[in-house]
Amino acid sequence: MSDKVKHPWIWTVFFTLVSLVWIFPIVLVLINSFKQKAYISHDTFAIPRGKMFVGLDNYRRGVEQTDLFASFGWTVVVTVGSVLLILICTSMCAWWIVRVNNWVAKALYLLFLFNMIVPFQMVMFTLSKLADMIGLNTPWGLWIVYLGFGAGLAVFIFTGTVKGIPEELEESAMIDGASVPRIFFQIVVPIMRPSIVSVAILEAMWIWNDFLLPYLTLDMRKYKTISIAIQYLKGGYGSIDMGAMMACLILAIIPIVIFYLFCQKYIIKGVLAGAVKG
Amino acid sequence: MISMAGKSIRRWWALFALPTFAAFIIGFVVPFVMGIYLSLCKFSTVTDAKFIGFSNYSKALADPEFWHAMWYTIAFTIITTLIVNIIAFSVAYMLTKAIHGATIFRSIFFMPNLIGGIILGYVWLLLLNGVLAKWGRSITYSGTYGFWGMVMLYCWQQIGYMMIIYIAGLQALPGDVIEAAHVDGANGRQTLFDVTLPLMMPSITVCTFLTITNGFKMFDQNLALTNGAPSNKSELLALNIYRTFYGRAGFEGVGQAKAVIFFIIVAVIAVIQNRLTTSREVAA
Repeated sequence: MSDKVKHPWIWTVFFTLVSLVWIFPIVLVLINSFKQKAYISHDTFAIPRGKMFVGLDNYRRGVEQTDLFASFGWTVVVTVGSVLLILICTSMCAWWIVRVNNWVAKALYLLFLFNMIVPFQMVMFTLSKLADMIGLNTPWGLWIVYLGFGAGLAVFIFTGTVKGIPEELEESAMIDGASVPRIFFQIVVPIMRPSIVSVAILEAMWIWNDFLLPYLTLDMRKYKTISIAIQYLKGGYGSIDMGAMMACLILAIIPIVIFYLFCQKYIIKGVLAGAVKG
Repeated sequence: MISMAGKSIRRWWALFALPTFAAFIIGFVVPFVMGIYLSLCKFSTVTDAKFIGFSNYSKALADPEFWHAMWYTIAFTIITTLIVNIIAFSVAYMLTKAIHGATIFRSIFFMPNLIGGIILGYVWLLLLNGVLAKWGRSITYSGTYGFWGMVMLYCWQQIGYMMIIYIAGLQALPGDVIEAAHVDGANGRQTLFDVTLPLMMPSITVCTFLTITNGFKMFDQNLALTNGAPSNKSELLALNIYRTFYGRAGFEGVGQAKAVIFFIIVAVIAVIQNRLTTSREVAA
Protein backbone atom coordinates (compact mmCIF):
# COMPACT_ATOMS: atom_id res chain seq x y z
CA MET A 1 0.00 0.00 0.00
CA SER A 2 2.63 2.52 1.05
CA ASP A 3 4.51 2.32 -2.25
CA LYS A 4 1.53 3.95 -3.99
CA VAL A 5 2.00 7.16 -2.03
CA LYS A 6 4.54 9.55 -3.42
CA HIS A 7 5.76 11.60 -0.47
CA PRO A 8 5.00 9.84 2.78
CA TRP A 9 7.97 11.30 4.64
CA ILE A 10 7.29 14.88 3.71
CA TRP A 11 3.76 14.51 5.04
CA THR A 12 4.99 12.85 8.20
CA VAL A 13 7.33 15.77 8.84
CA PHE A 14 4.53 18.20 8.04
CA PHE A 15 2.07 16.57 10.44
CA THR A 16 4.73 16.27 13.13
CA LEU A 17 5.20 20.03 12.98
CA VAL A 18 1.46 20.65 13.01
CA SER A 19 1.07 18.32 15.99
CA LEU A 20 3.72 20.21 17.89
CA VAL A 21 1.88 23.47 17.21
CA TRP A 22 -1.33 21.74 18.24
CA ILE A 23 -0.15 20.78 21.70
CA PHE A 24 1.77 24.03 22.12
CA PRO A 25 -1.00 25.86 24.05
CA ILE A 26 -0.98 23.14 26.69
CA VAL A 27 2.81 22.95 26.83
CA LEU A 28 2.83 26.70 27.31
CA VAL A 29 0.56 26.34 30.34
CA LEU A 30 2.87 23.66 31.70
CA ILE A 31 5.92 25.91 31.30
CA ASN A 32 4.18 28.83 32.95
CA SER A 33 2.97 26.75 35.85
CA PHE A 34 6.58 26.73 37.12
CA LYS A 35 7.04 30.45 36.68
CA GLN A 36 6.70 33.13 39.31
CA LYS A 37 3.31 34.76 38.76
CA ALA A 38 4.68 38.25 38.13
CA TYR A 39 6.43 37.01 35.00
CA ILE A 40 3.59 35.05 33.46
CA SER A 41 1.80 37.84 31.66
CA HIS A 42 4.95 39.67 30.51
CA ASP A 43 7.35 36.85 29.70
CA THR A 44 4.80 34.27 28.67
CA PHE A 45 7.12 32.52 26.24
CA ALA A 46 10.28 32.55 28.34
CA ILE A 47 11.57 29.32 29.83
CA PRO A 48 11.41 29.58 33.64
CA ARG A 49 15.02 30.00 34.76
CA GLY A 50 16.78 31.68 37.66
CA LYS A 51 14.44 33.84 39.70
CA MET A 52 11.51 33.13 37.39
CA PHE A 53 11.49 29.49 38.43
CA VAL A 54 9.50 28.74 41.55
CA GLY A 55 9.30 24.96 41.55
CA LEU A 56 6.00 23.66 42.85
CA ASP A 57 4.99 26.87 44.63
CA ASN A 58 2.17 27.60 42.21
CA TYR A 59 0.84 24.10 42.64
CA ARG A 60 0.81 24.39 46.42
CA ARG A 61 -0.99 27.74 46.26
CA GLY A 62 -3.39 26.62 43.56
CA VAL A 63 -4.46 23.52 45.41
CA GLU A 64 -4.89 25.47 48.64
CA GLN A 65 -6.92 28.30 47.15
CA THR A 66 -9.29 26.09 45.21
CA ASP A 67 -9.34 22.98 47.36
CA LEU A 68 -8.75 21.25 44.04
CA PHE A 69 -8.58 17.70 45.34
CA ALA A 70 -12.00 18.00 46.96
CA SER A 71 -13.35 19.37 43.68
CA PHE A 72 -11.79 16.47 41.90
CA GLY A 73 -13.58 14.10 44.26
CA TRP A 74 -16.93 15.81 43.73
CA THR A 75 -16.47 15.71 39.98
CA VAL A 76 -15.81 11.98 40.19
CA VAL A 77 -18.91 11.48 42.36
CA VAL A 78 -21.13 13.46 39.99
CA THR A 79 -19.75 11.92 36.81
CA VAL A 80 -19.56 8.27 37.84
CA GLY A 81 -22.95 8.28 39.55
CA SER A 82 -24.72 10.11 36.74
CA VAL A 83 -23.21 7.98 34.01
CA LEU A 84 -24.07 4.71 35.79
CA LEU A 85 -27.62 5.85 36.45
CA ILE A 86 -28.02 7.02 32.84
CA LEU A 87 -26.71 3.72 31.48
CA ILE A 88 -28.95 1.52 33.61
CA CYS A 89 -32.14 3.55 33.35
CA THR A 90 -32.02 4.62 29.72
CA SER A 91 -31.02 1.20 28.38
CA MET A 92 -33.99 -0.32 30.21
CA CYS A 93 -36.25 2.42 28.98
CA ALA A 94 -35.04 2.08 25.38
CA TRP A 95 -35.69 -1.67 25.43
CA TRP A 96 -39.17 -1.10 26.81
CA ILE A 97 -39.91 1.53 24.14
CA VAL A 98 -38.81 -0.65 21.23
CA ARG A 99 -40.45 -3.88 22.39
CA VAL A 100 -43.74 -2.44 23.60
CA ASN A 101 -44.05 -0.05 20.66
CA ASN A 102 -47.61 1.15 21.40
CA TRP A 103 -48.67 4.81 21.27
CA VAL A 104 -47.36 5.49 24.79
CA ALA A 105 -43.96 4.19 23.86
CA LYS A 106 -43.95 6.12 20.61
CA ALA A 107 -44.96 9.37 22.32
CA LEU A 108 -42.26 8.84 24.92
CA TYR A 109 -39.70 8.30 22.22
CA LEU A 110 -40.67 11.52 20.41
CA LEU A 111 -40.36 13.45 23.69
CA PHE A 112 -36.85 12.10 24.17
CA LEU A 113 -35.98 13.09 20.60
CA PHE A 114 -37.27 16.58 21.27
CA ASN A 115 -35.03 16.79 24.32
CA MET A 116 -31.94 16.56 22.11
CA ILE A 117 -32.57 19.86 20.33
CA VAL A 118 -33.23 21.98 23.43
CA PRO A 119 -30.21 24.03 24.49
CA PHE A 120 -29.48 24.22 28.20
CA GLN A 121 -30.06 27.99 28.38
CA MET A 122 -33.74 27.35 27.72
CA VAL A 123 -34.17 25.52 31.03
CA MET A 124 -31.25 26.82 33.09
CA PHE A 125 -33.27 28.97 35.46
CA THR A 126 -36.28 26.72 35.95
CA LEU A 127 -34.20 23.55 36.20
CA SER A 128 -31.91 24.98 38.87
CA LYS A 129 -34.85 26.38 40.83
CA LEU A 130 -36.70 23.09 40.62
CA ALA A 131 -33.62 21.18 41.74
CA ASP A 132 -33.33 23.53 44.71
CA MET A 133 -36.97 23.12 45.64
CA ILE A 134 -36.99 19.35 45.68
CA GLY A 135 -33.54 18.98 47.20
CA LEU A 136 -31.57 17.80 44.19
CA ASN A 137 -28.92 20.49 44.72
CA THR A 138 -26.30 18.02 45.92
CA PRO A 139 -23.80 15.93 43.95
CA TRP A 140 -26.13 12.95 44.45
CA GLY A 141 -29.17 14.90 43.39
CA LEU A 142 -27.35 15.84 40.19
CA TRP A 143 -27.42 12.16 39.22
CA ILE A 144 -31.15 12.50 38.74
CA VAL A 145 -30.89 15.91 37.08
CA TYR A 146 -28.37 14.59 34.58
CA LEU A 147 -30.49 11.50 33.95
CA GLY A 148 -33.45 13.74 33.24
CA PHE A 149 -31.79 16.35 31.05
CA GLY A 150 -29.37 13.96 29.35
CA ALA A 151 -31.82 11.12 28.65
CA GLY A 152 -32.49 12.09 25.03
CA LEU A 153 -29.22 11.13 23.38
CA ALA A 154 -28.79 7.94 25.42
CA VAL A 155 -32.32 6.71 24.71
CA PHE A 156 -31.86 7.56 21.04
CA ILE A 157 -28.64 5.58 20.66
CA PHE A 158 -29.95 2.65 22.69
CA THR A 159 -33.23 2.34 20.78
CA GLY A 160 -31.16 2.15 17.60
CA THR A 161 -29.21 -0.74 19.09
CA VAL A 162 -32.23 -2.61 20.42
CA LYS A 163 -33.91 -2.44 17.01
CA GLY A 164 -31.01 -4.50 15.68
CA ILE A 165 -31.46 -7.30 18.22
CA PRO A 166 -33.65 -10.17 16.95
CA GLU A 167 -36.73 -10.52 19.11
CA GLU A 168 -36.81 -14.30 18.73
CA LEU A 169 -33.89 -14.53 21.12
CA GLU A 170 -35.95 -12.98 23.90
CA GLU A 171 -39.07 -14.93 23.01
CA SER A 172 -37.32 -18.27 23.20
CA ALA A 173 -35.94 -17.36 26.62
CA MET A 174 -39.45 -16.40 27.63
CA ILE A 175 -40.76 -19.76 26.56
CA ASP A 176 -38.03 -21.35 28.64
CA GLY A 177 -39.54 -19.51 31.60
CA ALA A 178 -37.10 -16.65 32.15
CA SER A 179 -38.56 -13.56 33.83
CA VAL A 180 -38.54 -10.22 32.04
CA PRO A 181 -35.79 -8.60 34.16
CA ARG A 182 -33.67 -11.71 33.77
CA ILE A 183 -34.06 -11.64 29.99
CA PHE A 184 -33.02 -8.03 29.93
CA PHE A 185 -29.97 -8.33 32.15
CA GLN A 186 -28.73 -11.71 30.95
CA ILE A 187 -29.54 -11.61 27.27
CA VAL A 188 -30.11 -8.05 26.09
CA VAL A 189 -27.44 -6.23 28.10
CA PRO A 190 -24.54 -8.40 26.93
CA ILE A 191 -25.57 -7.84 23.32
CA MET A 192 -25.82 -4.10 23.90
CA ARG A 193 -22.40 -3.87 25.51
CA PRO A 194 -20.58 -2.00 22.70
CA SER A 195 -23.15 0.75 22.56
CA ILE A 196 -23.26 0.93 26.36
CA VAL A 197 -19.53 1.70 26.30
CA SER A 198 -20.09 4.34 23.61
CA VAL A 199 -22.86 6.06 25.53
CA ALA A 200 -20.82 5.89 28.75
CA ILE A 201 -17.95 7.73 27.04
CA LEU A 202 -20.16 10.39 25.48
CA GLU A 203 -22.05 11.12 28.67
CA ALA A 204 -18.88 11.05 30.78
CA MET A 205 -17.17 13.57 28.49
CA TRP A 206 -20.18 15.83 28.77
CA ILE A 207 -20.77 15.57 32.51
CA TRP A 208 -17.12 15.70 33.57
CA ASN A 209 -16.60 18.96 31.66
CA ASP A 210 -20.01 20.51 32.23
CA PHE A 211 -19.86 23.88 33.89
CA LEU A 212 -23.17 25.71 33.89
CA LEU A 213 -25.52 23.02 35.19
CA PRO A 214 -23.57 22.18 38.38
CA TYR A 215 -22.68 25.85 38.79
CA LEU A 216 -26.32 26.90 38.87
CA THR A 217 -27.57 23.90 40.79
CA LEU A 218 -25.03 22.97 43.46
CA ASP A 219 -24.52 24.78 46.74
CA MET A 220 -21.24 26.56 46.01
CA ARG A 221 -20.12 26.77 49.61
CA LYS A 222 -20.00 23.00 49.88
CA TYR A 223 -19.55 21.46 46.48
CA LYS A 224 -17.49 22.61 43.53
CA THR A 225 -16.62 20.59 40.49
CA ILE A 226 -13.27 21.13 38.77
CA SER A 227 -14.55 23.55 36.12
CA ILE A 228 -16.27 25.58 38.83
CA ALA A 229 -13.20 25.62 41.07
CA ILE A 230 -11.12 26.97 38.19
CA GLN A 231 -13.70 29.59 37.32
CA TYR A 232 -13.82 30.62 41.00
CA LEU A 233 -10.08 31.10 41.04
CA LYS A 234 -10.64 33.94 38.62
CA GLY A 235 -13.84 35.26 40.11
CA GLY A 236 -13.05 35.10 43.79
CA TYR A 237 -9.63 36.69 44.18
CA GLY A 238 -9.84 40.01 42.39
CA SER A 239 -6.89 40.04 40.03
CA ILE A 240 -6.20 36.48 38.98
CA ASP A 241 -3.27 34.68 40.53
CA MET A 242 -1.97 33.47 37.18
CA GLY A 243 0.59 31.15 38.78
CA ALA A 244 -2.03 29.27 40.76
CA MET A 245 -4.30 29.29 37.71
CA MET A 246 -1.68 27.65 35.50
CA ALA A 247 -0.99 25.00 38.13
CA CYS A 248 -4.70 24.22 38.51
CA LEU A 249 -5.13 23.97 34.74
CA ILE A 250 -2.32 21.43 34.54
CA LEU A 251 -3.71 19.44 37.47
CA ALA A 252 -7.12 19.39 35.79
CA ILE A 253 -5.73 18.34 32.42
CA ILE A 254 -3.37 15.56 33.56
CA PRO A 255 -6.01 13.03 34.66
CA ILE A 256 -7.97 13.55 31.43
CA VAL A 257 -4.88 12.99 29.30
CA ILE A 258 -3.98 9.83 31.22
CA PHE A 259 -7.54 8.57 30.88
CA TYR A 260 -7.42 9.35 27.17
CA LEU A 261 -4.19 7.44 26.64
CA PHE A 262 -5.74 4.33 28.17
CA CYS A 263 -9.17 4.47 26.54
CA GLN A 264 -8.44 6.10 23.18
CA LYS A 265 -9.98 3.32 21.16
CA TYR A 266 -13.25 3.39 23.07
CA ILE A 267 -13.40 7.16 23.17
CA ILE A 268 -13.11 7.41 19.41
CA LYS A 269 -15.72 4.70 18.94
CA GLY A 270 -18.02 6.48 21.36
CA VAL A 271 -17.66 9.74 19.49
CA LEU A 272 -18.48 8.01 16.23
CA ALA A 273 -21.56 6.33 17.67
CA GLY A 274 -22.81 9.71 18.89
CA ALA A 275 -22.16 11.35 15.53
CA VAL A 276 -23.65 8.66 13.34
CA LYS A 277 -26.78 8.23 15.41
CA GLY A 278 -27.17 11.79 16.67
CA MET B 1 -49.55 -5.65 16.53
CA ILE B 2 -47.69 -6.34 19.71
CA SER B 3 -45.47 -9.37 19.85
CA MET B 4 -45.50 -11.91 22.64
CA ALA B 5 -42.36 -10.47 24.20
CA GLY B 6 -43.84 -6.98 23.92
CA LYS B 7 -46.97 -8.01 25.81
CA SER B 8 -45.13 -9.39 28.81
CA ILE B 9 -42.65 -6.54 28.83
CA ARG B 10 -45.41 -3.93 28.82
CA ARG B 11 -46.50 -4.93 32.30
CA TRP B 12 -43.02 -4.12 33.60
CA TRP B 13 -43.29 -0.41 32.78
CA ALA B 14 -42.82 0.60 36.41
CA LEU B 15 -39.37 -0.96 36.46
CA PHE B 16 -38.18 -0.26 32.94
CA ALA B 17 -39.70 3.01 31.77
CA LEU B 18 -40.74 4.85 34.91
CA PRO B 19 -37.35 5.79 36.45
CA THR B 20 -36.12 7.47 33.27
CA PHE B 21 -39.47 9.07 32.63
CA ALA B 22 -39.79 10.43 36.17
CA ALA B 23 -36.31 11.96 35.99
CA PHE B 24 -37.13 13.27 32.54
CA ILE B 25 -40.19 15.07 33.91
CA ILE B 26 -38.06 16.70 36.62
CA GLY B 27 -35.02 17.38 34.51
CA PHE B 28 -36.68 18.39 31.28
CA VAL B 29 -40.45 18.51 30.83
CA VAL B 30 -41.37 20.68 33.83
CA PRO B 31 -38.41 23.10 33.43
CA PHE B 32 -39.19 23.40 29.73
CA VAL B 33 -42.89 24.14 30.15
CA MET B 34 -42.22 26.47 33.08
CA GLY B 35 -39.54 28.19 30.98
CA ILE B 36 -42.03 28.93 28.24
CA TYR B 37 -44.56 30.19 30.77
CA LEU B 38 -42.01 32.39 32.57
CA SER B 39 -40.97 33.97 29.28
CA LEU B 40 -44.46 35.52 29.33
CA CYS B 41 -44.12 36.74 32.93
CA LYS B 42 -42.42 39.39 34.96
CA PHE B 43 -40.56 37.66 37.78
CA SER B 44 -37.43 37.47 39.85
CA THR B 45 -38.21 34.16 41.55
CA VAL B 46 -40.56 31.44 40.39
CA THR B 47 -43.20 32.27 43.00
CA ASP B 48 -43.66 35.96 42.19
CA ALA B 49 -44.27 35.42 38.44
CA LYS B 50 -46.89 37.78 37.01
CA PHE B 51 -48.29 37.14 33.55
CA ILE B 52 -47.57 40.05 31.22
CA GLY B 53 -47.93 38.58 27.73
CA PHE B 54 -45.38 39.16 25.02
CA SER B 55 -43.71 42.33 26.28
CA ASN B 56 -40.58 40.37 27.32
CA TYR B 57 -40.18 39.33 23.71
CA SER B 58 -40.53 42.87 22.39
CA LYS B 59 -38.00 44.04 24.99
CA ALA B 60 -35.63 41.22 24.03
CA LEU B 61 -35.91 42.10 20.33
CA ALA B 62 -35.44 45.80 21.08
CA ASP B 63 -32.18 45.12 22.95
CA PRO B 64 -29.24 46.21 20.76
CA GLU B 65 -26.88 43.95 22.74
CA PHE B 66 -29.04 40.96 21.88
CA TRP B 67 -28.81 41.78 18.18
CA HIS B 68 -25.11 42.37 18.46
CA ALA B 69 -24.70 38.96 20.11
CA MET B 70 -26.92 37.44 17.44
CA TRP B 71 -24.87 38.74 14.48
CA TYR B 72 -21.68 38.02 16.34
CA THR B 73 -22.80 34.42 16.85
CA ILE B 74 -24.01 33.99 13.27
CA ALA B 75 -20.75 35.34 11.86
CA PHE B 76 -18.79 33.18 14.31
CA THR B 77 -20.76 30.07 13.36
CA ILE B 78 -20.45 30.57 9.60
CA ILE B 79 -16.70 31.25 9.73
CA THR B 80 -15.86 28.42 12.11
CA THR B 81 -18.08 25.92 10.28
CA LEU B 82 -16.23 26.63 7.04
CA ILE B 83 -12.74 26.55 8.56
CA VAL B 84 -13.33 23.51 10.76
CA ASN B 85 -14.90 21.38 8.05
CA ILE B 86 -12.45 22.22 5.29
CA ILE B 87 -9.40 21.65 7.46
CA ALA B 88 -10.84 18.59 9.23
CA PHE B 89 -11.68 17.00 5.90
CA SER B 90 -8.27 17.75 4.42
CA VAL B 91 -6.48 16.37 7.45
CA ALA B 92 -8.69 13.27 7.47
CA TYR B 93 -8.08 12.81 3.74
CA MET B 94 -4.33 12.93 4.21
CA LEU B 95 -4.32 10.76 7.34
CA THR B 96 -6.19 7.96 5.58
CA LYS B 97 -3.32 7.77 3.10
CA ALA B 98 -0.29 5.79 4.20
CA ILE B 99 1.43 8.29 6.47
CA HIS B 100 3.73 7.14 9.23
CA GLY B 101 2.29 7.81 12.67
CA ALA B 102 -1.21 8.62 11.41
CA THR B 103 -2.81 7.23 14.59
CA ILE B 104 -0.57 9.37 16.79
CA PHE B 105 -1.47 12.51 14.87
CA ARG B 106 -5.11 11.57 15.08
CA SER B 107 -4.90 11.24 18.86
CA ILE B 108 -3.12 14.57 19.24
CA PHE B 109 -5.63 16.49 17.14
CA PHE B 110 -8.54 14.99 19.04
CA MET B 111 -7.17 15.65 22.53
CA PRO B 112 -8.56 19.18 23.09
CA ASN B 113 -12.09 17.76 22.96
CA LEU B 114 -11.65 15.92 26.20
CA ILE B 115 -10.77 19.03 28.13
CA GLY B 116 -13.55 21.20 29.50
CA GLY B 117 -14.46 24.50 27.85
CA ILE B 118 -13.58 26.56 30.93
CA ILE B 119 -10.10 25.06 31.07
CA LEU B 120 -9.57 25.53 27.32
CA GLY B 121 -10.66 29.16 27.67
CA TYR B 122 -7.95 29.87 30.23
CA VAL B 123 -5.33 27.94 28.25
CA TRP B 124 -5.98 30.19 25.25
CA LEU B 125 -6.21 33.29 27.40
CA LEU B 126 -2.59 32.69 28.36
CA LEU B 127 -1.45 32.01 24.80
CA LEU B 128 -3.31 34.88 23.10
CA ASN B 129 -2.51 37.43 25.77
CA GLY B 130 1.10 36.33 25.61
CA VAL B 131 1.18 37.07 21.90
CA LEU B 132 -0.83 40.30 22.11
CA ALA B 133 1.33 41.61 24.96
CA LYS B 134 4.00 42.33 22.34
CA TRP B 135 1.74 45.14 21.06
CA GLY B 136 0.57 46.13 24.51
CA ARG B 137 -2.91 44.75 23.90
CA SER B 138 -4.99 41.98 25.44
CA ILE B 139 -7.67 39.64 24.17
CA THR B 140 -10.34 41.71 25.92
CA TYR B 141 -9.16 44.93 24.22
CA SER B 142 -11.89 44.84 21.57
CA GLY B 143 -14.72 42.65 20.40
CA THR B 144 -12.78 41.89 17.22
CA TYR B 145 -9.85 40.43 19.14
CA GLY B 146 -12.27 38.38 21.20
CA PHE B 147 -13.98 37.20 18.05
CA TRP B 148 -10.85 35.91 16.34
CA GLY B 149 -9.55 34.54 19.61
CA MET B 150 -12.67 32.45 19.96
CA VAL B 151 -12.51 31.40 16.31
CA MET B 152 -8.99 30.07 16.88
CA LEU B 153 -9.89 28.32 20.12
CA TYR B 154 -13.00 26.73 18.65
CA CYS B 155 -11.26 25.56 15.46
CA TRP B 156 -8.37 24.16 17.46
CA GLN B 157 -10.87 22.21 19.54
CA GLN B 158 -13.33 21.04 16.90
CA ILE B 159 -11.06 20.10 14.01
CA GLY B 160 -9.97 16.92 15.79
CA TYR B 161 -13.53 15.86 16.52
CA MET B 162 -14.77 16.34 12.96
CA MET B 163 -11.59 14.75 11.60
CA ILE B 164 -12.49 11.54 13.44
CA ILE B 165 -15.92 11.47 11.81
CA TYR B 166 -14.45 12.20 8.37
CA ILE B 167 -11.82 9.48 8.77
CA ALA B 168 -14.56 6.96 9.60
CA GLY B 169 -16.53 8.12 6.57
CA LEU B 170 -13.52 7.87 4.28
CA GLN B 171 -12.70 4.39 5.50
CA ALA B 172 -16.24 3.25 4.82
CA LEU B 173 -16.12 4.42 1.20
CA PRO B 174 -16.51 1.65 -1.37
CA GLY B 175 -12.94 1.08 -2.58
CA ASP B 176 -14.02 -0.34 -5.94
CA VAL B 177 -15.65 2.94 -6.98
CA ILE B 178 -12.43 4.87 -6.33
CA GLU B 179 -10.42 2.21 -8.12
CA ALA B 180 -12.81 2.29 -11.07
CA ALA B 181 -12.22 6.04 -11.30
CA HIS B 182 -8.46 5.37 -11.36
CA VAL B 183 -8.83 2.78 -14.07
CA ASP B 184 -10.95 5.19 -16.10
CA GLY B 185 -8.03 7.60 -15.98
CA ALA B 186 -9.28 10.14 -13.44
CA ASN B 187 -6.49 12.08 -11.78
CA GLY B 188 -6.27 12.64 -8.05
CA ARG B 189 -8.17 15.92 -8.14
CA GLN B 190 -10.99 14.54 -10.25
CA THR B 191 -11.33 11.51 -7.99
CA LEU B 192 -11.47 13.74 -4.92
CA PHE B 193 -14.01 16.26 -6.22
CA ASP B 194 -16.18 14.09 -8.48
CA VAL B 195 -16.15 10.77 -6.62
CA THR B 196 -15.00 11.04 -3.02
CA LEU B 197 -16.70 14.29 -2.00
CA PRO B 198 -20.18 13.36 -3.31
CA LEU B 199 -19.91 9.98 -1.58
CA MET B 200 -18.92 11.73 1.64
CA MET B 201 -22.04 13.89 1.77
CA PRO B 202 -23.56 12.04 4.76
CA SER B 203 -20.44 12.68 6.88
CA ILE B 204 -20.29 16.26 5.68
CA THR B 205 -23.90 16.88 6.72
CA VAL B 206 -23.32 15.40 10.17
CA CYS B 207 -20.17 17.42 10.73
CA THR B 208 -21.60 20.72 9.55
CA PHE B 209 -24.64 20.12 11.73
CA LEU B 210 -22.46 19.50 14.77
CA THR B 211 -20.22 22.52 14.13
CA ILE B 212 -23.22 24.80 13.56
CA THR B 213 -25.12 23.76 16.69
CA ASN B 214 -22.00 23.61 18.86
CA GLY B 215 -20.99 27.05 17.61
CA PHE B 216 -24.40 28.44 18.44
CA LYS B 217 -24.39 26.94 21.90
CA MET B 218 -20.82 27.90 22.80
CA PHE B 219 -20.72 29.28 26.32
CA ASP B 220 -17.91 28.03 28.57
CA GLN B 221 -15.07 29.07 26.28
CA ASN B 222 -16.63 32.51 25.86
CA LEU B 223 -17.01 32.93 29.60
CA ALA B 224 -13.41 31.97 30.34
CA LEU B 225 -11.70 33.68 27.41
CA THR B 226 -13.27 37.15 27.26
CA ASN B 227 -16.26 37.12 29.60
CA GLY B 228 -17.93 39.47 27.13
CA ALA B 229 -15.34 42.23 27.55
CA PRO B 230 -15.04 45.00 26.58
CA SER B 231 -18.55 46.17 27.49
CA ASN B 232 -20.32 43.04 26.19
CA LYS B 233 -18.80 43.46 22.73
CA SER B 234 -17.54 39.88 22.62
CA GLU B 235 -20.67 38.12 23.84
CA LEU B 236 -21.99 35.15 21.96
CA LEU B 237 -25.71 34.50 22.21
CA ALA B 238 -25.54 31.98 25.05
CA LEU B 239 -23.47 34.30 27.23
CA ASN B 240 -25.74 37.25 26.43
CA ILE B 241 -28.74 35.25 27.61
CA TYR B 242 -26.95 34.17 30.76
CA ARG B 243 -25.92 37.74 31.59
CA THR B 244 -29.36 39.16 30.92
CA PHE B 245 -30.71 36.58 33.30
CA TYR B 246 -28.24 36.63 36.15
CA GLY B 247 -26.51 39.95 35.55
CA ARG B 248 -29.33 42.46 35.35
CA ALA B 249 -31.97 42.59 38.07
CA GLY B 250 -35.47 42.96 36.69
CA PHE B 251 -34.54 41.45 33.34
CA GLU B 252 -35.18 37.79 34.22
CA GLY B 253 -38.26 37.66 32.01
CA VAL B 254 -36.39 39.20 29.11
CA GLY B 255 -33.59 36.70 29.62
CA GLN B 256 -36.06 33.84 29.53
CA ALA B 257 -37.67 35.26 26.37
CA LYS B 258 -34.22 35.42 24.76
CA ALA B 259 -33.67 31.80 25.77
CA VAL B 260 -36.90 30.77 24.03
CA ILE B 261 -35.85 32.63 20.87
CA PHE B 262 -32.47 30.90 21.14
CA PHE B 263 -34.15 27.52 21.47
CA ILE B 264 -36.30 28.19 18.41
CA ILE B 265 -33.25 29.13 16.32
CA VAL B 266 -31.35 25.99 17.35
CA ALA B 267 -34.44 23.82 16.78
CA VAL B 268 -35.03 25.28 13.30
CA ILE B 269 -31.41 24.62 12.35
CA ALA B 270 -31.71 21.05 13.65
CA VAL B 271 -34.92 20.38 11.73
CA ILE B 272 -33.63 21.84 8.46
CA GLN B 273 -30.42 19.89 8.78
CA ASN B 274 -32.34 16.71 9.57
CA ARG B 275 -34.46 17.19 6.43
CA LEU B 276 -31.34 17.62 4.35
CA THR B 277 -29.75 14.49 5.79
CA THR B 278 -32.79 12.31 5.31
CA SER B 279 -33.37 13.50 1.74
CA ARG B 280 -29.72 12.70 0.98
CA GLU B 281 -30.06 9.24 2.42
CA VAL B 282 -33.07 8.56 0.21
CA ALA B 283 -31.17 9.74 -2.85
CA ALA B 284 -28.07 7.66 -2.09
